Amino acid sequence: MSNSDLELKDVSISLGGKQLLEINCSVGPGEILTVMGPSGSGKSSLLVYIAGFLAPVFESSGSVLVNGADVCSLAAERRHIGLLFQDPLLFPHLSVAGNLRFALQSNAKQKNQAISEGLNDIGLAGFDDRDPSTLSGGQASRVALLRLLLSAPNAVLLDEPFSKLDTQLREETRTLVFDKLRASGLPTILVTHDQADAEQAGGEIRTLL
Amino acid sequence: MLRWAGHSLIFLLAAPILLGTLIASLPAFGYFPPLGSSDFSLEAWRELFEVPGLTRSVLISLISGVLTPLISLALVFLYLASATGSKLDLWIRRLVSPLLSFPHAAAAFGLAFLIAPSGLLSRVISPGLTGWERPPDILIVNDTWGLTLLFGLIVKEVPFLLLMSLAALPQLQPRHRIEVARTLGYRPTIAWLKVIAPSLYPLVRLPVIVVIVFASATVDVALILGPTLPPTLSVRVLSWFNDPDLNLRFLAAAGSLLQLGVSLIAVAIWLALEKFVGLLWRFWLAAGNLNTGEGLAFAIGRSAMPLVLVVIAGSILALLANAFAGPWRYPSALPSSWTIQHWANSLSDLSTPLFNTVLISVSSTLLALLLVVATLESERQSSKSKSTALWLLYLPLLIPQIVFLFGIIVLTEFVGWQANLSLVIFGHLLFVLPYVFLSLSEAYRQLDPRWTQVASTLGASQLKSFWRIRIPLLLAPCLTAVAIGMAISISLFLPTQLLGAGRITTITSEAVALTSGASRNLISVWAVVQLSLPILGFMMALLIPKFVWRNRSGMIDTR
Repeated sequence: MSNSDLELKDVSISLGGKQLLEINCSVGPGEILTVMGPSGSGKSSLLVYIAGFLAPVFESSGSVLVNGADVCSLAAERRHIGLLFQDPLLFPHLSVAGNLRFALQSNAKQKNQAISEGLNDIGLAGFDDRDPSTLSGGQASRVALLRLLLSAPNAVLLDEPFSKLDTQLREETRTLVFDKLRASGLPTILVTHDQADAEQAGGEIRTLL
Repeated sequence: MLRWAGHSLIFLLAAPILLGTLIASLPAFGYFPPLGSSDFSLEAWRELFEVPGLTRSVLISLISGVLTPLISLALVFLYLASATGSKLDLWIRRLVSPLLSFPHAAAAFGLAFLIAPSGLLSRVISPGLTGWERPPDILIVNDTWGLTLLFGLIVKEVPFLLLMSLAALPQLQPRHRIEVARTLGYRPTIAWLKVIAPSLYPLVRLPVIVVIVFASATVDVALILGPTLPPTLSVRVLSWFNDPDLNLRFLAAAGSLLQLGVSLIAVAIWLALEKFVGLLWRFWLAAGNLNTGEGLAFAIGRSAMPLVLVVIAGSILALLANAFAGPWRYPSALPSSWTIQHWANSLSDLSTPLFNTVLISVSSTLLALLLVVATLESERQSSKSKSTALWLLYLPLLIPQIVFLFGIIVLTEFVGWQANLSLVIFGHLLFVLPYVFLSLSEAYRQLDPRWTQVASTLGASQLKSFWRIRIPLLLAPCLTAVAIGMAISISLFLPTQLLGAGRITTITSEAVALTSGASRNLISVWAVVQLSLPILGFMMALLIPKFVWRNRSGMIDTR
């Protein structure tokens, strides 16, 4: 259990002097805040901003507080904010276990044990040495989630992570992801087009214009 | 530290070349303290213009400088116009990269042994077609007007311009444009020439200018195929430079400046030609729906490229046949027996140059790779757009080699350095760098930025994601860049010859030195070694990723 919280304070992002979005919100441990809005409303820019990758052409102000500490001045890798993209993005040159090991802190103990327990937990026991490109879409999504969890983040961002899965699989994967994130007590921001995602997330819903 | 990489790369390239060009001009005006002359004078120029046959030497350099790019580009464009999307095209696209790695000197020797009066071609068609019982008494190789030189240069530059055009084409969306033109009633070849050629030309203009400079100032190809009485300007400058009479240094300096002028005039003629052709094209476009010439353009385009391939294949065959030939009477098509005697005889002479070749090409290429990756990585981390100063990368290809290499030597003589291996490696680096950069930059810039972003969100530092993610993902393009860099280094003649003061020998420098006097068999052995080395490099670049990623099918198409 991480029991951390995530707060966005007077966050504003503009491009070329035109404001894209403005948001104030607070997400508690295990809560999922859903951000919806049409294409071009700046949903993805918001996640990129929180994660620390916003391109310099954008102007931004406000602060991102993780457990009360502003992370805006930190490089992405020191923010401890995990991010799931639309694609699982498993590193194609590493095995499944290699991908998971990459996420573990260098001082983590009993890495192999953590990896095999994690795989067991998501129903992929024994997949350690598999080539990630031989996994099905659903399996790859689960490995990506496990990889994120093993990196021990303090908060999580989801960028339409289910949009490329077909309906049946989307349902299953969504349930698994949300359950795991809640169980880990991680504050989560979900960006999506899909009303069903928002409903199942069960948290506050913000709509950007 | 990375921030300095981009600047140091440009400095490393530009400074010695610009400085070298400037300094080369000092002895031309009589100033050269190492030889005890510190008074400025025009003596060297007076001497230069009194050299017999100078006008002809200059003229031949100019002719190859203008006609080589003109004919090569015309062939490449007609080929692309007539064959894009055909089966022939798929086949040729696969061949073009390996063809490019065929070293100039080996290609020139191969061509000479193919088309000489007693060469392979003449033997194959004699006496059946010609009735020749002995080699005809005509001058083909080393002909007075440099036509064979021109032919050799075209055969070598067509693959280069084709590769450059193929790299530039996708951004023009050619298929879409051709479809539009064809719905308007144009035949496909004419459609390509009317709607693609005018937009493609500006994209390959710089490579074309590289060809102009190379063709007008080449030394090794001209030594092998070019006229001898008198030779091209560049060859004469080299011979003055190598003359034991050190006073000829002043003449060589003036000659190298004249060479720079000749190359610049060739470029100027090209630019004028460009205007004229542009005007013609505009009239032709404005003339509307005329499909005249479709048949002719199609025929030339479809036949020229296979012809170039046949010539290259024939050259390689001629080299192989000569390298293993026993007694071979004219006009027999094949030797009466085969032997490895020529190889056995050359073995002991080959070892030192082979070692030097590998040492120089590996070290210059690895240095180049280090600098290029550091530059691209700093560009990525600072998320700047492409630096405008990067056109300077072309500098070593835009100034005739003999001019700035000569200047670099003068510079080292001022400072009192001796010619040595590290100087040769540095000289090679100047030519290897641009090709390594051109080959790697697109793959590096196009690597999906999300790989690094994922790594960062997982807590990986820039350093960790560089070594553990970006370098492995880019292994294949890096190895290709290394193979290309090594192929360039292996083919270099002048930097080894000049910066090594003739004391450091490579396969190429020794092979070219055999031009005068050695037997065809011996030369062929060296040329075969020379052309096999780059092939080995490309095979490794192809096989290593296949082996390393044998259990990672995602690495086959991910770049």
